[in-house]
Amino acid sequence: MYRSWWKITGILLLIYTFTAGLLGSVPKLPLLQETIRNLYFHVCMWFGMMILFTVSVVQAILYLRKMDRKHDLASRHYAGTGILFGLLGYSTGSIWAAYTWADPNVPFAESFSTIARDPKLIGAAISLLVYFAYLVLRDSIADIDRRARISAVYNIFAYVILFPAIWILPRVLESLHPGQDGNPALDVKNDISPSMRMVFYPAVIGWTLLGVWISTIRIRIELLNEQKRTT
Amino acid sequence: MKWFFCLIAFFCFFPASAAVTMAEQMRSDGRIYVVIAVMLTILFGIVLYLYRMDRKLSRLEKLDQKN
Repeated sequence: MYRSWWKITGILLLIYTFTAGLLGSVPKLPLLQETIRNLYFHVCMWFGMMILFTVSVVQAILYLRKMDRKHDLASRHYAGTGILFGLLGYSTGSIWAAYTWADPNVPFAESFSTIARDPKLIGAAISLLVYFAYLVLRDSIADIDRRARISAVYNIFAYVILFPAIWILPRVLESLHPGQDGNPALDVKNDISPSMRMVFYPAVIGWTLLGVWISTIRIRIELLNEQKRTT
Repeated sequence: MKWFFCLIAFFCFFPASAAVTMAEQMRSDGRIYVVIAVMLTILFGIVLYLYRMDRKLSRLEKLDQKN
């Protein structure tokens, strides 16, 4: 396998996450109960998404500086995997919210309308839509060089929009989502116990490495594809 | 390909053999270990899929360099 040590590290960290994540001790909190373990899965999706989008924007800037096709492809596919992680984070979050935020005593549609109005969810939806637009814009330009240049510039704008949408806006507005007064998603220092941090940080690294692995495979496929076309 | 079938066979018979030695374990703590087994199986499936794709790609890349 091509440069495999980090892939093996990622797999081992994920195995650790899956076992220690379910068996490790967690604080006993009302309402959350055992669902607090979702931290190792749902929250890691968003952390992974943020890291992958960061790699994507760095590759976009590198493309604009060096005009090397490799960076363009890398930028595109890291963004693609980032979107996948974002979608997974969104859907896992909606399952989690359905059993912790929704009031079982009122009709589901009513509590759904309250949950759907939550600023953090709207912010996340905006940022994902901006990245969907990135894919649409990219595929709508036929010329390869123009496509690469325009989508690299758009990628930088999309990354900038992430910050008001998922880092600033949720801090200003009231929300059901945890982490109101510190970090918009969760306050890693105060919200979770030390025993949870022992699993959470490796989990973030493991999931991110899995995302990077998927991205590199897609980049290599595209590179081969292009070489086939040119020869 | 042979090792691949060996692995599948291992996964198919894994629960049966595990039930003999780990009967108490798999049925304790609200059977949380069953959940872990299911999740790990899914993880192994995804990793195996990625691994095979990776190896196939490496082979193609080598072929590409020779030509």
